Amino acid sequence: MLRDLLDRNKPLRFGFIGLAALVALFLPSLASEKTDGILPLFTVVLCAVYALFALGLNIVVGFAGLLDLGYVAFFLFGAYTSAWFMSDFWFSKNIHFLDTARLEIPGVHLSFWLVIIIAGVLAALAGLVIGAPTLRLKSDYLALVTLGFGEILPEVFRNLERFTNGTKGIGPVDRIGMGFLDVVPGVDKTVSSSNFTMKYYIILVFCALFVYVSTKLRDGRLGRAWLAIREDELAASLMGVPLMKTKLWSYGVGAVAGGVGGAFYATIVGTVNVDNFQFSFSIIILCAVILGGMGNVWGAILGGVLITWFNYTGLTYLGEKFNSISPKDINLKNYEFAFFGVVLVLMMLFRPEGLIPAARSRQVKKVDKALESLGTTGSTS
Amino acid sequence: MTSSRTATRLKPESIIGLVVLAAAAAWIVYSFVSGPAQFTQVLVIGLANGAMYALIALGYTMVYGIIELINFAHGDLFMLGSVVGSIFLEEWLGKKTSSVANWLWLAVAMVFSMAFCSALNMFIERIAYRRLRNAPKLAPLITAVGVSFILQNVGIKLNGSAPNSRPSVLPTSKETINIGSIEIRIAYLVVVAVTVPLLLLMTWIVQKTRTGKAMRATAQDRDASLLMGINVDRIISYTFALGGALAGAAGMLHAQVNGQTRYDAGFRLGLIAFTAAVLGGVGNLPGAVIGGVLLGVIQALNEGAPHFFGQEWTQTVMFTILIVMVTLRPGGIFGKHQQEKV
Repeated sequence: MLRDLLDRNKPLRFGFIGLAALVALFLPSLASEKTDGILPLFTVVLCAVYALFALGLNIVVGFAGLLDLGYVAFFLFGAYTSAWFMSDFWFSKNIHFLDTARLEIPGVHLSFWLVIIIAGVLAALAGLVIGAPTLRLKSDYLALVTLGFGEILPEVFRNLERFTNGTKGIGPVDRIGMGFLDVVPGVDKTVSSSNFTMKYYIILVFCALFVYVSTKLRDGRLGRAWLAIREDELAASLMGVPLMKTKLWSYGVGAVAGGVGGAFYATIVGTVNVDNFQFSFSIIILCAVILGGMGNVWGAILGGVLITWFNYTGLTYLGEKFNSISPKDINLKNYEFAFFGVVLVLMMLFRPEGLIPAARSRQVKKVDKALESLGTTGSTS
Repeated sequence: MTSSRTATRLKPESIIGLVVLAAAAAWIVYSFVSGPAQFTQVLVIGLANGAMYALIALGYTMVYGIIELINFAHGDLFMLGSVVGSIFLEEWLGKKTSSVANWLWLAVAMVFSMAFCSALNMFIERIAYRRLRNAPKLAPLITAVGVSFILQNVGIKLNGSAPNSRPSVLPTSKETINIGSIEIRIAYLVVVAVTVPLLLLMTWIVQKTRTGKAMRATAQDRDASLLMGINVDRIISYTFALGGALAGAAGMLHAQVNGQTRYDAGFRLGLIAFTAAVLGGVGNLPGAVIGGVLLGVIQALNEGAPHFFGQEWTQTVMFTILIVMVTLRPGGIFGKHQQEKV
């Protein structure tokens, strides 16, 4: 098995990671500027953003085993942070700080990099506020309450037009300034709104950062505490794992990715509109994590990329290809809900460990198989 | 000396709860005083809607009681019931106007919708949930979310992605019974007249029949029931069928009263219905009914009565209730907090 080989052979494993990094680096040059091909550049950027979201949710669902159906809340906070601090929305004020907007434009304009940090902090705070009363609940109630928060927040944002401009949305969001980095050849002082290649590399840096943080946390004390809670909460608390604190940490860290991704998303699409934040977003990210393999960092990335490609390009593209060879006209895009639903159900029924199983799920499966061959039932009941 | 220890002490949580309840009650009285006629009219709408919520909530609470699964797909089952029932009545039978004969056809369509939903619910349980009964708890939950999405897509295919208006064979909104200055739509009375017998039938099935006894036994202890010779698989299947039938009935009524069907109705109403189930204590059948009626009334008051927030805040009010209930009183308004099974 390739997997076992990779586990034992360290150079080979690094080779694989290097290969993945190379693909990630050269992906924009494979993509086309057109919007209707098999790999438009815009989709590539979104794939990277959604991979970041999947990495964040993977910490909550995959590492700590808490089903969060309201991840859209953090996405929303991140995007609105960009909208508030990088646009002319607060037109009565005129605050500029290392920004890219012209000085005579009113509103609050902060540096993109500062906004990213604010978005991360705000999302983490939102995670703590949502998590503190709810994380004591049983897993299924938790799913429901997070779903409730994910539904309430967009409605509140829609109704409080004074702060959010309601369904009209806030925009345009300022462009990203690269500051002193413009000495590097090929990097502009400000990233123009159509320069998706540059945006892709920026989000790639955040993804890489989050992969590093994820793996470090997973292998550390906190990661082991998450794993213990995921496998058996009662046993974990008896062994002295502080349940609330550990769960809150997973919520907070996971939320940071959502906030950062959201803030970045706002600069890609240019306008932040409350209608972009729906329950289906939470499900798409959940789908990505499950497809890739709960608890596996690389799986989350793979799942995020695959699901996003299918969502934004694949379904339409494959539908067109199918229509050109068959007489029946089918718009595959109309089946996107069913697509996500089927992915969730089939994965749960036939491959709950995902495309790239986490190390632990593989071990559990191995033990199960060994026990089965001895004529007993599985180890997990 | 020791007797004082056993006396119930007021915890801060319950004091907050009492204060909130008192404030809500005061608000309702204030609203009633400002416009008694409007208030009463809205109250009737709330009772009718609440009766429908109760039907859906029962499906949630029964399934949760027996296999401890929040069946996220249940709301979408209700939606499909409303769509399929409406198509049956409007397009296959061609009944579009209000007349006594057509009311009988409506009853036929309702039975059809109930049969469809219970068959579909049994099918879903057989295909998707049964295999995962012994899997970690996240697995069936995620599967249920997936099933919910698939059903929504079926709804889009059958109904279109925009709300689809359906001719109602119930008395129109102009036909009312007037008591003083209070107007009550006859359609709402029909809803209550259909729902109450269904709920009574349900109670009879669960409390008095042999299968109902087996259901209660399975909910209490599945392994022991198995040892007592109860066919647990069949009983769980039966529970899903019953829940599905109630959802189908609610769907048909909802489509008729509102005169339209929409593919995303299931998501929203499903959540309200689940809130109702939580309000009454999950697994508690009379509790679900009371919770449903209560939420129906709260929603109607919020949308129609004087001095409330208005329709655009309905979901926020509903989910705030859900979140507060689940965090402060997970056992429901009557229930006691249960220790988790180890």
